[in-house]
Amino acid sequence: MSAIEKQRHIIDFMLSSLWRRKGKNLSLVVVYTFVIFLLASIMFFSHAIKKEAGLILKDAPEIMVQRLVAGRQSFIPDSYADAIRKIKGVQSVSPRLWGYYYDGQNGANYTLMANDDLRDWPGDILIGKGVTLRRATATDNTIIKKNDSIPFKTYDGAYLMLKVKGILPAASALVTSDLVLVSESDFRKIFSIATDHATDLVLQVGNGKELSTIAAKITQLYPDTRPILRTEILRTYDAVFDWRAGVIIVILSGAFFAFIILAWDKATGLSAEEKREIGILKAIGWETSDILLMKFWEGAALSLSAFLMGILAAYLHIFLTASALFAPVLKGWSVLYPDFRLTPFVSPYEIAILFFLTVIPYTVATIAPSWRSATIDPDSVMRT
Amino acid sequence: MMFHPGILALLLGSALTTAMLCYCAFEGARIIRSWDIRSGSRLQLALERRTYLISMAMSYALGIELLSLFLFIYTADSLSPLFVGAMCAAGSLNVNDFGYPALVLKIVDFLLAGVWLIVNYTDNKASDYPLIKVKYGFLILITPFLVAETLVQSAYLLGLKPDIITSCCGTIFTTDANTVMSGLIGFPRALSEAALYISVGATLLLGTVFYLKGKGGYLFSISAMVSFPISILALITFISLYFYELPTHHCPFCILHPEYGYVGYPLYISLLAGAVSGMGAGAVMPFHKIKSLAGVLPRIQKRLALVSILSFAAFMLISGCGILFSHLSLAAY
Amino acid sequence: MIHLQNIHKVFNAGRPNEFAAIRGVNLTIDSLKATALKGPSGSGKTTLLSILGCMARPTSGRITLKEREITSLPERFLTDIRRKTFGFMFQQFHLIKGITAIENVMIPAYPDGEKHSVLKKRAIGLLDLLNLSHKASAKVEWLSGGEAQRIAIARALINDPDIIIADEPTAHLDTHLSGEFMEIMSRLKAQGKTLLIASHDPIVYLSDVIDRIVDMRDGMICPVDAP
Repeated sequence: MSAIEKQRHIIDFMLSSLWRRKGKNLSLVVVYTFVIFLLASIMFFSHAIKKEAGLILKDAPEIMVQRLVAGRQSFIPDSYADAIRKIKGVQSVSPRLWGYYYDGQNGANYTLMANDDLRDWPGDILIGKGVTLRRATATDNTIIKKNDSIPFKTYDGAYLMLKVKGILPAASALVTSDLVLVSESDFRKIFSIATDHATDLVLQVGNGKELSTIAAKITQLYPDTRPILRTEILRTYDAVFDWRAGVIIVILSGAFFAFIILAWDKATGLSAEEKREIGILKAIGWETSDILLMKFWEGAALSLSAFLMGILAAYLHIFLTASALFAPVLKGWSVLYPDFRLTPFVSPYEIAILFFLTVIPYTVATIAPSWRSATIDPDSVMRT
Repeated sequence: MMFHPGILALLLGSALTTAMLCYCAFEGARIIRSWDIRSGSRLQLALERRTYLISMAMSYALGIELLSLFLFIYTADSLSPLFVGAMCAAGSLNVNDFGYPALVLKIVDFLLAGVWLIVNYTDNKASDYPLIKVKYGFLILITPFLVAETLVQSAYLLGLKPDIITSCCGTIFTTDANTVMSGLIGFPRALSEAALYISVGATLLLGTVFYLKGKGGYLFSISAMVSFPISILALITFISLYFYELPTHHCPFCILHPEYGYVGYPLYISLLAGAVSGMGAGAVMPFHKIKSLAGVLPRIQKRLALVSILSFAAFMLISGCGILFSHLSLAAY
Repeated sequence: MIHLQNIHKVFNAGRPNEFAAIRGVNLTIDSLKATALKGPSGSGKTTLLSILGCMARPTSGRITLKEREITSLPERFLTDIRRKTFGFMFQQFHLIKGITAIENVMIPAYPDGEKHSVLKKRAIGLLDLLNLSHKASAKVEWLSGGEAQRIAIARALINDPDIIIADEPTAHLDTHLSGEFMEIMSRLKAQGKTLLIASHDPIVYLSDVIDRIVDMRDGMICPVDAP
């Protein structure tokens, strides 16, 4: 007597009986797969985007110092940089010049940033993919190409024509889509910022453990400044994406409960034919635990197929079609949305969570109905 | 914070397990009150049918407990970036007072549920359910532990707020801080090693004697039970150092990470398996005088002893390989 | 072989539709003999058969099977004994639709975990004995009444039981097939099986195969009239 052979026999019989009732089981598997698909899509998306953000922010400055006036960001004098440079542990301080430029023609906001490489090339700019769509409208599909010129309205109403020297690679679209890199002199022409002021300062710190102490020292030196740590940004992104994912999951809980009720109903509502079959099995020598074993394998087969199909569908959905279904909610609103492909990234942890949120409730919901069907009296077929 | 998918999964899992268990305890009480194997009455037949349901529910509960133990650690790990100072699960669990107690309760509950399933299995092998009242009494005793685990775990998970400053395993698991942990790590290494060899050695030896001759069951079981915490202590105080190749990295959770080859899983699973089977063998010892168990009990205990021996041996083997092939030499420390 | 002592079986005890199917039956079934249970419907024949065949537990009384008392054995042990000791044939055959004949024959042996090839060989052997091996892969819905009957017999024999129990086996068969059935029964008896057949069909209970007739009425065994 072999336990493995016994399982094999029971699984054989279970598969054939599932197939004999494929109509009923198919509808359950479809709904099951759909629920898993939804949940998996959300989780894959938020996980991948968190990972993406982390990778991109890897090269972000460890500390950014902004100056606040009346609660709003204001320009920071270069003298601050000199003093901060002297703080122990600070390796370098560089002033950054950047701001938002509103393009009245197509209602888009660009991020304009002064770039050191363009210092000797006034009049040239580098633009991101989203900016190339500047002239694209419903009727006119011209996109900006290299060597085209874009007019920028300066602070005093004049127009500054700047030539597109190059377009930033699509791979960096997540952060550069709306970016325009200009030379420092052009930047100051457009925005009229004094030469001894900058938008903010970026710091490089040698020892990661000292970030908070240095930040504290900066605030002590200049109480009107606000140092922002990269780790804080990462944490905020994580929290926001987690929160958004979680909110969607909670919203979907309605669908989830409907599915559980369906599963329970299918498990309880045995057709007369099924009841008869179990009765026969018990009459010819199958024991309650044998029937329970068969029901267990049934649940496992249904769950496994739904799980695999749901995850595969979610994977294709998120990573191949760029989450066509609910990207807007998760990403936020913007006119210039970058068309980026998320790097496929799935971790065993997510699979485990999906398992907990779907297969386990399904299994628990079917325990009592399985038991009830398995405890049919063996002599029930004789009494009919 | 509350909406992290991992947290939702854990809360759902523990809610389901607690609900199932409370139902089982309730039915168990009914069975204790009205069970009479010799009767053929409708009530008795219904009760017999019900024991199948309870067995089934408990088996699933144990499975969920085991998975959720690892999911709990994994979730704490993945939440660590959200807490200042935390770099792995060790830090996340320290965020509020409920983290470590929740972990301890989860381990205890897994062991208790495992032992219950062993008693249940034994009972089912005898032809007159001799242990029926014992096992349901035991179940009723376990229930408060599981309810406590759900409550403590929920208190921990729901009380998590980002921006709370906590410490990473480097500072928790260090000899400098003034905590229980540091007391444990400050344990002289030689003593910890000795304790490990003595306890696991005793378990292996007593287990083999029990397997071959059937004597010394209680001693073996106690030895297995004691070896469990001692092995974990050994892991924290010196074994993990070899896997991390750092003389100061004492964290018990980082060995579950992919960069160490997930070696933590086989280590902890073998310890859990060894502890449960050893404790189970002892738990059924008091019943070897019962006639209907006379035939099946020795065989079950033998199999449990074998599982326990092999599990602890696996643990020693994996640890040994880790130590041998590590680039670290602790001779100087 | 089987010994029933003061067996009572009550359904729905304590409820308004309480019904005593068996009221105080004392019966001994001898091995290697064929016993027929005779009686009108409602006499408790079927209930008695299910108790004799370890399919149901009596409300009170004692049962011994081959010297071992089995009255209060829990289901899992009872089923184990039943599978190995008894082979059942039902009035409606109760074959599982949608699967082949040979699968139907093998199903009772699945829980014992025998190797599939060994089991299949035995099943084919049984079908051979009953001249049905050409129908092994046929779906049961396509079998004639007589063929289905023989598949049911093969299924009852797959675990090589000592005792065959049949409940109204000839109810759906014509005279010719009923005769065939009794012939198969006599072959089985010659092989050393004990037979227990419930029937109100004279072809069965008046057959030479039957060694003893037990009359039932209103849940009790009628006393045997002096010959």
